[in-house]
Amino acid sequence: MNEEIIIAGFGGQGILSMGSILSYSGIIENREVSWMPSYGPEMRGGTANVTVILSSERISSPIINTYDTAILLNQQSLDKFENSVRPGGLLLYDTNGITRHPERTDISIYQVEAAAEAGKMASTKTFNMIVLGAYLKIKPLVKFENVITGLKKTLPERHHHLIPLNEEGLKRGMEIVKEVQLG
Amino acid sequence: MGETRLMKGNEAIAEAAIRAGCDAYFGYPITPQSEIIEYLASQEPHKRTGMVLLQAESELGAINMVYGAAGTGKKAMTSSSSPGISLMQEGLSYMAGSELPCLVVNIVRGGPGLGTIQPSQADYFQATKGGGHGDYKLIVLAPASVQEMSDFVPLAFDLAFKYRNPVMILSDGVIGQMMEKVELFDQMPRATEFDQTWVTTGKTADRERNIHSSLDLDPARFEKHNHHLQEKYKKIIENEVRFEKIQCDDADYVLVAYGSSSRICQKTQKLAREKGIKAGLLRPITLFPFPYEEIEKLANHVKGFLAVELSAGQMVEDVELAVGKKTRIEFYGRIGGMIPTPTEILTVLEEKYLGG
Repeated sequence: MNEEIIIAGFGGQGILSMGSILSYSGIIENREVSWMPSYGPEMRGGTANVTVILSSERISSPIINTYDTAILLNQQSLDKFENSVRPGGLLLYDTNGITRHPERTDISIYQVEAAAEAGKMASTKTFNMIVLGAYLKIKPLVKFENVITGLKKTLPERHHHLIPLNEEGLKRGMEIVKEVQLG
Repeated sequence: MGETRLMKGNEAIAEAAIRAGCDAYFGYPITPQSEIIEYLASQEPHKRTGMVLLQAESELGAINMVYGAAGTGKKAMTSSSSPGISLMQEGLSYMAGSELPCLVVNIVRGGPGLGTIQPSQADYFQATKGGGHGDYKLIVLAPASVQEMSDFVPLAFDLAFKYRNPVMILSDGVIGQMMEKVELFDQMPRATEFDQTWVTTGKTADRERNIHSSLDLDPARFEKHNHHLQEKYKKIIENEVRFEKIQCDDADYVLVAYGSSSRICQKTQKLAREKGIKAGLLRPITLFPFPYEEIEKLANHVKGFLAVELSAGQMVEDVELAVGKKTRIEFYGRIGGMIPTPTEILTVLEEKYLGG
């Protein structure tokens, strides 16, 4: 098993923490993991991305230029990484603010209206969990309960009261994700 | 079995420092290594082990606090990134001259100057060939994973006390910022088993006083001191060379890379093998002492080397020293904070050696 993922969007969308929750759940299932951020923008604003690799073998390079899955959460990231998805791979994106939609026909394309959905929930901070839920619905690489454990491990203690809300976000994402048929 | 955690390289160094029984950390924040002091602060190490954590007023302050603490025989450390490490060079030269142990972590970023916050390996010369003034050497360790970021901390302290010499962990923004699984070692005592008769913690009646100084105005005596240092470096070269070889035995082409570049090259090496190219990887773990002998041995049977660095070509000079005219050496580097991908390096290997 080897899954190479890029998650990209704006700093502040929770991209890096989405990646670390996924990584932690991978560790619980005895996977090798690597989490490589584009550091700098997460604190300073701008476009942030993280490469996560989950594997049953020792991971060589944490830096790669093609991916099995791209989770793209703004137009810049979609423009930059659409062509980096390997043929047969997966592209998951949020339509919010997107003016040019993905066009590739050799990969699976899924949409999750996470920003819109997060606006309806008790906190818009559930955005990244809705996206993660959507991804795990398409590729159930790790067990749901291990994602929750990963959430507990990565979330600071003072935010633990938000776990039920995040769990709700994950489930919501699983419900609303839909495949896009092109051509 | 130790405890397994998902950690950034920087956090792993900080946790390992506490667990290795480090007595004192003095530092000043700079990207991409600020998580070291940030993590230490979050752990309140004075409560966990009694370790001192102090944010100095500057890098100059930090390295001189390390100098002072090291003089008392304590396990002292600092960390910084390239521009900050440049500021510390005077202190490092003084400590090497006074033969004091310490750990200095450099999470390298792109230079020259204030440069960029992105990863680089362009401080290789500074770390391995001096950096400060005078004939001295640091022992330089180059971790290639978050696990090694943790494991090399107690190793660094051991080497520092064994040889009474500053040790540098030379890493970069890639390994510092990435998260991987790390198995933490158990808490060690805040003490060292190595000789402590040289410490300046108060003279007792039964001995002469200890003095730490790098100054000696008598050239004859000072030449002797320099010879003594050189003898020590020779011993380090004899005993402490560390490296990792991957599929080098039957290799036609050997990639030579350390730290983050070696991780990228591991993938290149695999991809090359999948294409039927007999590639191997030699990864120096100690940069001083450098594995000259091992590379020289390989030079007898390989068709060529490809040195890969995040620099304009620094370690490659040591590869050239090892290989001489025995076989071909090519170099590939990305600079200014850019990072090559495994396929990019494979293309270079094919172009240089297999005519594309």
